[in-house]
Amino acid sequence: MFELNWSALIAIGVLLGVFTLAPGLIWLERRLLALWQDRYGPNRVGPFGIFQVLADMIKIFFKEDWIPPFADKFVFFIAPGIIMLTVLMSFAVIPVAPGVGVMDINVGVLFFLAMSSLGAYSVVLGGWSSNNKYSLLGGLRAASQMISYEVFMGLSLLGVVAMAGSFNLREIVNAQAGMWNIVPQFFGFVVFMVAGLAEMHRIPFDIPEAESELVAGFHSEYSGMKFGMFFVGEYVGIVLISAVITTFFLGGWHGPFLPPMVWFFLKMFVFICFFILLRASLPRPRFDQLMTWGWKLMLPLAILNLAVTGAVLVAVNQGH
Amino acid sequence: MAVIFYISSAVAILSTVMVITRMNAVHALLYLIVSLLSVAVIFFTLGAPFIAALEVIIYAGAIMVLFVFVMMMLNMGTKAAEQERKWINPRMYVGPAILAAILGVELVYMLASGSNRAAGFEMIGPKAVGISLYSSYIIGLELAGMLLLAGLVGAFHLGRQDKD
Repeated sequence: MFELNWSALIAIGVLLGVFTLAPGLIWLERRLLALWQDRYGPNRVGPFGIFQVLADMIKIFFKEDWIPPFADKFVFFIAPGIIMLTVLMSFAVIPVAPGVGVMDINVGVLFFLAMSSLGAYSVVLGGWSSNNKYSLLGGLRAASQMISYEVFMGLSLLGVVAMAGSFNLREIVNAQAGMWNIVPQFFGFVVFMVAGLAEMHRIPFDIPEAESELVAGFHSEYSGMKFGMFFVGEYVGIVLISAVITTFFLGGWHGPFLPPMVWFFLKMFVFICFFILLRASLPRPRFDQLMTWGWKLMLPLAILNLAVTGAVLVAVNQGH
Repeated sequence: MAVIFYISSAVAILSTVMVITRMNAVHALLYLIVSLLSVAVIFFTLGAPFIAALEVIIYAGAIMVLFVFVMMMLNMGTKAAEQERKWINPRMYVGPAILAAILGVELVYMLASGSNRAAGFEMIGPKAVGISLYSSYIIGLELAGMLLLAGLVGAFHLGRQDKD
């Protein structure tokens, strides 16, 4: 019974943590972007403008929640829920520190991949159900982008799995006690980071919602809290990708002097800031460039990385 | 676990019935996704977490997204649903119903003859699946690989644009 209560408490803790982190992230992003673009950013509401997010949230809650009459109401309604559900479910398998984590299953990597591939439905169905040509184009782009980048997202993780000999995220973290995976699996790390960005359709890969060509892409017709769910879902997605990269490639909670949980959050925070810097500095590629780059560069790189990792592992194991 | 098994089986059957009876293709696909997810839960309760995860990644996550993608390209509206309604009349159900009845009789016979065993005594992890795939079933695996490669080459050939 105690076991059950403990994991329930952790689950609630993770949920609350994510939901406080995501709005904080919106503020952080706006401030950091402003810093890098040589302007102030939100600085009026509260100290350093930190309550700006709160004010925006109150505003968005009271906005009219409008469903267009030409939309497919049922699908329009469930689409924003899917992204929140899948992203939050993914947090269940992430080990924050030894003994702290919601689930400890032996197919953790696959669970994460499954949830991220289900997340594609949110954007695709949102775009389809809006019954608007710009939304439809956004949804089409999202479908092909996420399907393509999913392939080598999985492939790039297989090197890590082969090194740890397990799909369990805890064992993967423990296998990195000596050396972080970012050194022997550098190409896997690069491919995974790019694929992760594309999966979360985050700038520079926010082609499904490219506002300069498609109004707002797949969420053009969304307003009020339904739009808010897409929006917050994207930020929770950034937290997720940072946490997953920390787990797979940066040794999770391992590190000297500081307690394990502090290390985990520190590494995660570095990646979150890095993703914001990417947004501040990189332009959006054209859609065909994105696809060509994915299939002709990232996929071969991921396969090569996997093959070399496998060969080295076999050679080393034969030596013993 | 037995309760979860029965609940997810009921969801699988219900959602599959909904797949057949929906007129709107995208709604039918959504129910098919629910059906696949519940089958994944069934696999999980039977002690095959690896297969459950693959079911979600490959069927629900990749193949169904492609289906939805094609639906979106075709962008069938209310007209298609109307056409569907005209096509499906009760006589259409006769053939499939007879075939399903044969399967049902077989199932009842199997259950009655007592040669049935309960499944899911041991947990089959990813490692066990991999080892059996690359040892006893290696020929099947290679054949499937060649088939997929042929499909890939064919798709590339069809999709190629002549540069002249």
